[in-house]
Amino acid sequence: MTKVENNKAWWLVLPVFLIVAFSAIIPLMTVVNYSVQDIFDPYTRYFVGTEWFKQVMTDSRLHDALIRQFIYSFTILAIEIPLGIAVALMMPTKGRGASLALILVAIPLLIPWNVVGTIWQIFGRADIGLFGAMMAELGINYNYASEPMHAWLTVVLMDVWHWTPLVALLCYSGLRAIPEVYYQAARIDKASRWAVFRYIQLPKLTNVLIIGVLLRFMDSFMIYTEPFVLTGGGPGTSTTFLSQSLVQQAIGQFDLGPAAAFSLVYFLIILLVCWVFYTTIMNMQKDK
Amino acid sequence: MAEITLNSLAHTYSDNPTKPEDYAIREMQHIWHQGGAYALLGPSGCGKSTLLNIISGLLEPSDGEVLFDGKRVNELKPEERNIAQVFQFPVVYDTMTVYDNLAFPLRNIGVPEHKIRSKVLEVAEILELSDQLKRKAKGLSADQKQKVSMGRGLVRDDVSAILFDEPLTVIDPQLKWKLRRKLKQIHEQFNITMVYVTHDQLEASTFADKIAVMYQGQIVQFGTPRELFENPAHTFVGYFIGSPGMNFIDATVTEKELSFGTHTLPLHPLLLKRLQDMDAQQVKVGIRPEFVHVWDGANDDAFLVDVDFVEDLGTYKILTFNFHGILMKARLSEDQKVPQGKAYVSFPEQWTKVYVNEFLVEVDHD
Repeated sequence: MTKVENNKAWWLVLPVFLIVAFSAIIPLMTVVNYSVQDIFDPYTRYFVGTEWFKQVMTDSRLHDALIRQFIYSFTILAIEIPLGIAVALMMPTKGRGASLALILVAIPLLIPWNVVGTIWQIFGRADIGLFGAMMAELGINYNYASEPMHAWLTVVLMDVWHWTPLVALLCYSGLRAIPEVYYQAARIDKASRWAVFRYIQLPKLTNVLIIGVLLRFMDSFMIYTEPFVLTGGGPGTSTTFLSQSLVQQAIGQFDLGPAAAFSLVYFLIILLVCWVFYTTIMNMQKDK
Repeated sequence: MAEITLNSLAHTYSDNPTKPEDYAIREMQHIWHQGGAYALLGPSGCGKSTLLNIISGLLEPSDGEVLFDGKRVNELKPEERNIAQVFQFPVVYDTMTVYDNLAFPLRNIGVPEHKIRSKVLEVAEILELSDQLKRKAKGLSADQKQKVSMGRGLVRDDVSAILFDEPLTVIDPQLKWKLRRKLKQIHEQFNITMVYVTHDQLEASTFADKIAVMYQGQIVQFGTPRELFENPAHTFVGYFIGSPGMNFIDATVTEKELSFGTHTLPLHPLLLKRLQDMDAQQVKVGIRPEFVHVWDGANDDAFLVDVDFVEDLGTYKILTFNFHGILMKARLSEDQKVPQGKAYVSFPEQWTKVYVNEFLVEVDHD
């Protein structure tokens, strides 16, 4: 039987191609376009090659923001992932308690980003906020608007509060998918609680945890709204993360060229970190 | 090593059971002797897995006692009972190697590593897993995984019994036979009590010396495969064991004999007396297709029946005939003449069993 060549079928890909083009490729190419030109007005533009990239790579403000950004992302990952697993392990699995726990845990996820910022802005104030007042009661002169450490603490706490539920829910669903018989076999093998976690639960959670880590890394690496509302990047530049620097550059100063170059580098960093993480995990899982 | 006694054991999942149907396990008295190879045979939902989980301690019985060597273990958790259980779906610890999987139960009780090593190698040898020891358990095939989960029971010296919960369900047919033989071999080698739950009579009879047939939460018969075949103690055993199952006809006890429809069947006088004394209602006569005698021609003992159809099953044929509106089966041997349209059949007294309320009624002959 001869194979029928019918290249017309490729037309079926067209709708997807168009959607992707408009949603990703064209905007991305616009950014690429900006990043290699110096634009004064719609009719006056100069090709500048890699100059913006050089400028971005040597900008110490951006370096600082990048370091802050990494510290921030790794801090919240280091807290949210273990905490999420712990919460998931403690959540009830049967009866009314289970539904109630699910709803309670999911609530922070339903709150809009800027509202989260506002909530914590008020919550952390020593005069009218519960958390701020509590810290004041403990004798700590807590002020996130003037103390960089306090600002950091608040921003991290806020993210933990907002996003640990996501990790917890992912883990919860992962845990529910483990057949009862694994636990029974472990009991018969006299496994300790720790061994059950280490050799049954954790391995079965690997896949949801990969998703959790990737989502949380990407989101936290691009975080903008909450710190913007809460601290506005301050005090000083202590909580100014990458996207805020980017916005300042692009909208505040209208430096579209450097901002575009910066966006591309930013994008590549996220891609690189995710790729390294994913391939490492996948290699670890391979049968030796 | 242990003898497992089930003393007035019963189990219900309901909070306030009122009728026998509320019990997953109805009150039973049973002993599994040390070193025996037993099968627990029954249809889905008859309570056999429940019973197994009660023995292993995964489930605490609502009534009665479980005794290991005469000692009550109801309150002991599975980890305290020194029992191994192999489940329907192979359970392996995915991230560990085969070696670590086999070593796991020993490491959990703190056995020194050099002892673990020799034990694991020994068990791996028996299970033919020696060349797989360094592999991750995740990549194994289903039968290898099942061997690993069996191996975790065998490495422990303290194991008094191994319980199998339909362990061959997910194994390919050609490997089933091999694994079953392996089990048998292990049983002979280790002298461990083994209880094997299955719904497959072939599996049960090839593995076990004695089979407990379970039906509606009760062990209705406990005996060798031969006893179950020749002398089913309950109509369910007759129906469930054998292929095709036993023929049953409703009958009534009269003064002189047993009658069904226009036919009568002479009975041993003792048995007849016993039935009359019992004032038995619900009487059934059962005979296995293998024991229905099909004659080539008419004679005094034979009933004339209509032949419905004949199935050729290769080495033998199954004759289906209509006896007073009841379809019955008889097994014809290969060289036997196949009756056309009509057939003459008789029920040899020796193989004709009488059941009252589904249970066999017997008397000592001689």
